[in-house]
This record gives sequence, C-alpha cells and structure tokens, in this order.
Amino acid sequence: MVRRPSSRARAAQWLLLGLVLAAAWYLGSQAASNIARRHTTFGFGFLFDQTNFDIPFRLIPWQVGDTYGRALLVCVLNTLLVSAMSIVAATLLGLFVGIMRLSANWLVRNLALWFIELVRNTPQLVQIIFWYVAVLQTLPGPRQSIALPGGLLLNVRGLYLPSFEPGAWAGVAWPLAFVVAFGIPSVWRLTWRGLPLGPKSLPLAVVAFGLYLAGIDHIDYPLLRGFNIAGGLQVVPELVALWAGLTIYAAAFIAEIVRASILSVHKGQREAALSLGLRPRQVLSKVVLPQALRVMIPPMTSQYLNIIKSSSLGAAVAYPELFQIFAGTVLQQTAREIETMFLLMAIFLSINLGASALMNWYNRRVALVAR
Amino acid sequence: MSHYRLGAIAGLVALAGLFWMSAPASAQTEVKSATLDAVKKRGQLVCGVDTGIPGYAFQDSKGEWQGLDIAYCRAIADAVLGSPDKVKFIGTTSKVRFSVLQSGEIDVLIRDSEHTFIRNTQLGLDEPADNFYTGQTFMVKKSLGVAHTKDLNGATICLLTGTTLETNIADYNRANNIKINTLLFDKPEEAFAAADAGRCDGYTDDGGSVAAARSTMKAPNDWVFLPETIGGLQPLGSFTRQGDEAWTRLVKWVHFAMLEGEVLGITKATVDQVKSSTKDPETRRFLGMEGDFGKLLGVDNDWAYRITKHIGTYGEVYDATFGDKGGLGLPRGMNNLYSKGGLMTMPTWH
Repeated sequence: MVRRPSSRARAAQWLLLGLVLAAAWYLGSQAASNIARRHTTFGFGFLFDQTNFDIPFRLIPWQVGDTYGRALLVCVLNTLLVSAMSIVAATLLGLFVGIMRLSANWLVRNLALWFIELVRNTPQLVQIIFWYVAVLQTLPGPRQSIALPGGLLLNVRGLYLPSFEPGAWAGVAWPLAFVVAFGIPSVWRLTWRGLPLGPKSLPLAVVAFGLYLAGIDHIDYPLLRGFNIAGGLQVVPELVALWAGLTIYAAAFIAEIVRASILSVHKGQREAALSLGLRPRQVLSKVVLPQALRVMIPPMTSQYLNIIKSSSLGAAVAYPELFQIFAGTVLQQTAREIETMFLLMAIFLSINLGASALMNWYNRRVALVAR
Repeated sequence: MSHYRLGAIAGLVALAGLFWMSAPASAQTEVKSATLDAVKKRGQLVCGVDTGIPGYAFQDSKGEWQGLDIAYCRAIADAVLGSPDKVKFIGTTSKVRFSVLQSGEIDVLIRDSEHTFIRNTQLGLDEPADNFYTGQTFMVKKSLGVAHTKDLNGATICLLTGTTLETNIADYNRANNIKINTLLFDKPEEAFAAADAGRCDGYTDDGGSVAAARSTMKAPNDWVFLPETIGGLQPLGSFTRQGDEAWTRLVKWVHFAMLEGEVLGITKATVDQVKSSTKDPETRRFLGMEGDFGKLLGVDNDWAYRITKHIGTYGEVYDATFGDKGGLGLPRGMNNLYSKGGLMTMPTWH
C-alpha cells in the first residue's frame, strides 16, 4: 500500500494538513493565553459602543458619538473610494504609457521608458509623501488661493469646486438622469430593422444632462470665510496625494503588462489587418487590443489587488482609511489589538477576494468572446 | 488534656518556625522581583522610549540618545547596574508602546505617555511616577490672529493618531458646542511638515511636544502657544507591568531620588564635596552613608549618590532638555518643586 505512489502522495498531504492544523492550534492557543495574561477578553461587542473621535474625511454622514461599527463603514468607504479611483486612473494611464512605449517615435517611446523606470524603482511610500509634502504643500494658503476659471479655488487645503445644490425636483430628476445615462450602452447595442442603433442613441445623453440640470437649485461657489474656504465641494490634498501615489506607481507596472500583452499578439495578425486596408488606429483598437486583453487580465488583477492593499499607506499622509483609523485611533481607545487587526485582515481579504472574483468573471467572459 | 498539650506544642513549634523564618528575612531584606533579577542577569536595562521627539527622547547628531525620558532610563540603569550606559533604548511608536511592555520586550516604558485610568486598569500597567506635568496645548501661526483656544471654531488642527489628543478635542468640541477639525498623522515628521505648509491652522500635543514641534518649524517665531490647555492636567511618566511591585517601587524611587537631590540643594558638580563634609542626617541617608536605603529597594546603598553624580537632579535634567540649555526654552511651570510653586513633590526620605 505505502509503496504505491498515489497513497504515498495522499499520506504526505494528510501529514501536511496535520502540521498546518497543529500550527494553527498552537498559534490560537498562544493568542488565547496572551489575552488571558493581559486580563482582557476577545470579542467584537465594542463595535456597538459609542466613539469619541472625529473622522476628518467621509462620504456618509458621521459625527462624534456614532458607534465604532459606523466608523468601520465610513473607513471602508474611504478605502474603497481611493482604491476605485486609483484602479480606474491607473488602468487608463497604464494603457496610454504602455502604448507609448511601443510607439515608432523615439521621443515618445523613451519618455514612456523613463517614466516607467523612474516610478518602478522608487519606493511607493516615498512617492506618496513626495506628492503630499513636496508637491501639494507648496500651494499657497487659503487667503492667497489660486482662482481657477469656473469658480474653482486651489490652495494648500485642497481643490474647491462649485457644488450643485439639489432643488425640489432633484429627488426625481437625478435618479432618472442616472438611469438614462447608464442605459445608453444597452440602447447602443439595440437593433432596429436589423441595423444596430449605435450613435443614434446619443441624444439620450442630452436628455440625461437636461434631467440633471433640471434638478439643480443653485450653484454653491466656494468662498473664503474665517479660517477656511466655505461652501462648494472640497477635494482634500490627502486624497489627491494618495490617489496620485497609488495611480502612478501601479500605472508603471500596468504599462509593462500592456506592452507585453500587445507584443504577445502574433505579428501576422497586425500584418493581415494592415493588408486588409485598416488604418493603424483601427488595427490597434479592433485587432490587437482585443486579443491582448485576454493575456492582460490575470496580471492586471494582481495589480488591482496591490492597489487595494497599498491604500493603507494613506495613513502616512493623514488620509482616514481603514488602517489609519482602526490600527491607530480605535486600537488606542479600545485597547483591542487582536480584534482590530483581525477585522482589518478580514475586511481587506474580503475586498480583495471580491475584486478578484469580479476580474475572474470578466476574464472568463473575455476569453470566451475572443475565441 | 492531651489535646491541649498537643495543641500547645504545635503552637510553640509554629511560633518558633515563624521566628526562624522571619529573622533572616528581616536581616537580609530579600527583594523579590523578576524584572530586577532579569536586568541584573542581563547586565543591561531595556528601556522603551519615544522614536524621536526633542525634549523627551531623540538621537543627536552623534547618534547619542538625549532627553528627559532618556535621563530616567539611565538613572534606573545606574541604580541597578552601577553605570548609566548599561541601557538599551528601544524606540516605540504610540501604537505599539504598551504591547511591547506587556509582552516583556522592555523592562520599563518611559515615553512621554500619559497616566490614565484605562492604562492602569484595562491594560494592566502600573504608573509609578509622573516625571512631566503638562496639558494639551495648541500652537497656531501668529498671522491667524487667534488668542484663545475657544476661538479655534472652524479651524483645522494637525495631530498624531493613536493618542488621547483626539478624545480631548472631541470632548472640548462637545462641551463648548464648537467644531475644531482634526487631521491625523501617523508620524511627527509629516504632521510637522503639514502644519508648516499651512495645511492646518495649528498643531496640538502635550506642552512639551508642542515646544519640540515649534523648534522644528521653518520660522519658530511665527508660531504662538495658546494660553489655555484642554483635557485637564496630563501627568506623563513611566509605566511598568503589574505583578512586580518591587520593580515598580524602584522605578518610583529613582524619580524621587532625582527630586530629593534638588530639594537638598545638591548638584552634579557639588555632590562629592557635600558627601565628604555633610552632617545633615537627611543628606547622609540620601547619599547612602546611613541606613539601608538601597538594600530595601534591591540595589546597593550608593544608588542615589550615583544618580546625582552621573545624571544630576531633576532640575538639572529639565534645564538640559526642556530648559534653556536644551534649546527649547520651556519654563519649568508646573514641573517646578512644590516649594517653588510647581507640582513636583515626594514622600519623605526616612
């Protein structure tokens, strides 16, 4: 029995499983005895307790005295916001730089190369702090704000945009505008008497924009009042610095993935497309990129996961994301180290598993369509 | 009858046993402390300090540790091991400082940390001695034209995360129905830079740390301290693990020794002369010439003399760190002796 390779392999697997379980049990019992020694208990009941700290930047209403659970939600949304912004921007920038890298023009090609080498070979944390301290903090103070066209104000506290304040109709008009805008791609693909609608669906965009305008009551312009600019919408420099740091770093890696994927498309494909009379831009968008996309997605997924994980570097530039608030303020106020670390790991794990599930689904879809 | 006799004999034996056991104990005054034994065996004190903040603990241009908390670490090492250099300094961040102490990685934590209820109870730590009294202080740019803390409504303040400062501001906001906004940083360097660049209207921390922050600004004279403090009196000081009373006691009395030297008017420079000439019984006890004031703590009787000779009194250390000699120019204020209008006081030395 033991001499049969299959049963030997099975025995080795059982042994490995046993070792893993023993290690887990050992670590668990160590944690338990440490908790007992420190006169503390393990539990997540504190999530229902009242907080006594402020979160400077948030997407949903928050005030001192809300529960730790709500603080968790606020921080998760902050983490998701900067991750999503960075993933979108890094993909576009990476695609652009990756294509530049293959350009026939010497200057364009080498500019892209220098960008990639400079960004890839310096630490990401240094880059984030560079954007924050060396770039954004050289802007003038609130009282010397730079006035940009359209009522925008720029200073060391951030970029202030005029905000569109909702009027009485906004509750109806804005969701409707949203639905119409997101319906455009579906309408684009619809067919009428055997022909796709295509650009004929574009007037819907005007309708959506009209609905959005109809919902606006007035425009709130940012103005200097007291210490700060009041009114309007503030884009804080912490968010911008983290966004820039995550985007540019990931874009350099994505550019190389894009380049490799494009080069992986057989030369014959390009030549065939050119000989059919397609223009170079059409060759790229209709023949090369769709095939390169298939190769691109798995390594892109791991770049996206890296962006999400690296968002915790925001703690260095005062961006209140999950890691900063929970591994800092909450940990200090509740003294629940194991629980907060456990929560952080579990949340990052589920965000990343979710993101990679989404990308795998997309990968399968693209793979099928392309073949 | 035999019952009684048996009982009486047993009682006598027990009494004799008690005498036999207690007699050598009082003669040798065995001090039982796991931490003290470990330090002696290792020949080195492992002291948890701040990662770097002027005044409390920082490394100078030669890589030498300097500061008030550093002087305390050196004093403890001097008392136990006979040399102020037998210390290993471990820089700890505000997030990990208590875990590092609880886990036994360091022997004592002296890291500009506030003594609080939760730290004493829930965290299971002892708070032997307050070595620095302060209050949460605000520093703002002069050009802002703010004179009082309550005028900060609407202002944004830079501060460090993982501290009691956030809670104090939240409490102050609620109590006064105003809104002071906060911006939380992980490390002092980025927080200082953001305040200096004008990202925030001001910076807050305990008084000593704010003085340290001001000394790093591009133009320190453009910054002013607001006169009020919030969050009440902050007593900063040393932390030890609970369950080792003898060690906690030693850490406590090292602090008192540094105060007692100042009360007696002894300095680093005069201690040898005083020792050779003094007839004052209190001074003689302090310098280890009378009594067993070292043995009762588990160290030798010269310990307080050594601390005064090598490190100096509290007043001398303060002057060299926060005072004029240290370059921060922070007045003694609350940290003066009780006899000079401050809060520093101690039990009597007998």
